[in-house]
Amino acid sequence: MNGIEAVREAFRQARAQGRPALIFYWPVGYPDLEASIRIVAALARAGADLIELGLPFSDPLADGPVIQRATQRALERGVRTPHILEAAARLRAMGIRLPLCLMTYINPVMAWGISRFLTEAVQAGVQGLIVPDLPLEEAEELQVAAGAAGLAWVPLAAPTTPDERLARIAATATGFLYLVSVTGITGARDRLPVDVVAHLRRARRAANGVPVALGFGISRPEHVRALAPEADGLVVGSALIQHAEASGFAQEALLTFARALREAAEPL
Amino acid sequence: MAFTESVRVPWVLPPVQERRGYFGPYGGRYVPETLIPALEELEAAFREAVEDPEFQREFDNLLRTYVGRPTPLTEARRLGEAVGARIFLKREDLAHTGAHKINNALGQVLLAKRLGKRRVVAETGAGQHGVATATACALLGLECVIYMGTADMARQRPNVFRMQLLGAEVRPVDAGSRTLKDAINEAIRDWVTNVRTTHYLLGSAMGPHPYPLIVRTFQSVIGVEARAQMLQHFGRLPDVAVACVGGGSNAIGLFAAFLEDPVELVGVEAGGEGIPSGRHAARFADRERGRVGVLHGARTFVLQDPWGQILDTHSISAGLDYPAVGPEHAWLRDRHRVRYTAVTDAEALDAFQALARLEGILPALESAHAVAEAMHLARARPGLWLLVNLSGRGDKDLETVAKALGSGEALENPERSG
Repeated sequence: MNGIEAVREAFRQARAQGRPALIFYWPVGYPDLEASIRIVAALARAGADLIELGLPFSDPLADGPVIQRATQRALERGVRTPHILEAAARLRAMGIRLPLCLMTYINPVMAWGISRFLTEAVQAGVQGLIVPDLPLEEAEELQVAAGAAGLAWVPLAAPTTPDERLARIAATATGFLYLVSVTGITGARDRLPVDVVAHLRRARRAANGVPVALGFGISRPEHVRALAPEADGLVVGSALIQHAEASGFAQEALLTFARALREAAEPL
Repeated sequence: MAFTESVRVPWVLPPVQERRGYFGPYGGRYVPETLIPALEELEAAFREAVEDPEFQREFDNLLRTYVGRPTPLTEARRLGEAVGARIFLKREDLAHTGAHKINNALGQVLLAKRLGKRRVVAETGAGQHGVATATACALLGLECVIYMGTADMARQRPNVFRMQLLGAEVRPVDAGSRTLKDAINEAIRDWVTNVRTTHYLLGSAMGPHPYPLIVRTFQSVIGVEARAQMLQHFGRLPDVAVACVGGGSNAIGLFAAFLEDPVELVGVEAGGEGIPSGRHAARFADRERGRVGVLHGARTFVLQDPWGQILDTHSISAGLDYPAVGPEHAWLRDRHRVRYTAVTDAEALDAFQALARLEGILPALESAHAVAEAMHLARARPGLWLLVNLSGRGDKDLETVAKALGSGEALENPERSG
């Protein structure tokens, strides 16, 4: 099964259980490489359907303070592209089977060379790619190459995206459509925008059957519970980092939170 | 009474692009999807505005009656004699707020008004663009927020206070290298969050399309005037036109009017402590670290490590201390239409002092890089006619210069910073 099939299968299985796919983001190299591998493995076992591995970039335009700080720390420790690929390979060797998608910005991909990057990512067991600074008009080369390599392509759409454009973006998705919940950057929010459900419904209509996962700001089990009937997938990132930091990276505390998110996704 | 005063065309029209938003392989729009509709809207408003005689009149009127344009063209006779050439200075230092940045700030604030945006955010490095933006917002009654790296705030303190006096909120940015690059990141994040009400007033000829075109157009008044002044007062064009290049707005503003002329064009990057030291901001001159990549929305030359992480830069001038260069410059370089060189901190300081003593002008440290290159060229090729864009004045840099010259104690500045 290649990455595209694996990601589709993850969404299918979650849907078969009457819940959205739960997607956890973690920046590789934070708090250090070894610990981040252990954390991702634990998150996978705590009920994630898909993992986003963050490949740190020095200038993360779409990220809020929590992910900025975490990825900056990873970079200061010398974590670079080869380490992220190594982390993916080691997760596979540990028996982690769920889809691993890389989330990064375009410059590290270009610097490594698109075809080399994709080849090495596939070899390491990566199955999808999310690049938040690559809008529709700039994405074609990477999207086509990712498809040829069997990697799921996950484009992003925003609350400001008109329906017609959203449909065109969704048509390029081979994994799922990543729907940004707010006009803004990543980061846990106490409350999601009041119109988020309308935004999700509109996006799912326009996406024409492509699974839509909502991300940015989702930080509490009650968010997950409220959105579960409306979304094909839900992404949690900054809130996981904050929970881990608050407990001094004690794995049990993080797992308790992850399991609570998963429980909140289950149908009533 | 004569009613025949001809309408001055204050700009060079934007070039036609083979691929929309691109200069050859450079440029584009590498930003989060959230911003795409705003960039589309901005481009449409801009294209309409440059065709609108009313907009042209309004912009030109502000340039004449508020900025004080046309800025003079001054022949630097004593400097010219000292190096064996004729040197002409385009005096953007005499524009209101002390630098060329005001041209673009006013043009974009007029665009923001057309778009119905009531709030403006901007980044600043040396503080000149921040001051210009705060000024334009004060004049036209818009709310103004300026992001500035804390390292730059320390070395350009007078400009921080100036922006505050003008009613702007200055938000310190403590991330990364705490300079221009990080201020831009934060300004873009603000824009992503408040895009429906806010205009991002980008200050250089960089960033996502259509900014490189917009900034070029509003800054091209520099070249339009300088070219006319050379012809009117001296009956010929210069042999060479020189400008410093950070993002590249004063340079493209000058060059735009000369691209079709037989005039050699030279852009000067910040050589910092020298290219081999790695402590510089020379995207073109450093063949190892300066490679094609993407930063702040555009594909262009970027100083980066082998894994695509952006490198910290160094320059004595905050305005040139930036790891990427405007995409049109990358294209002009590929086509050999503009030659790009680098000048070190030490050379810029020498030129700063030379211009002060020989001409009675304190240039901005950014502009001193262009003066230094002109002095090199003059010594190498006697008799040359050189046009130099004196993009800003040096008052903001007195503390830095005093420190660099070892006379810091002469100024009452107890706090020291790198």
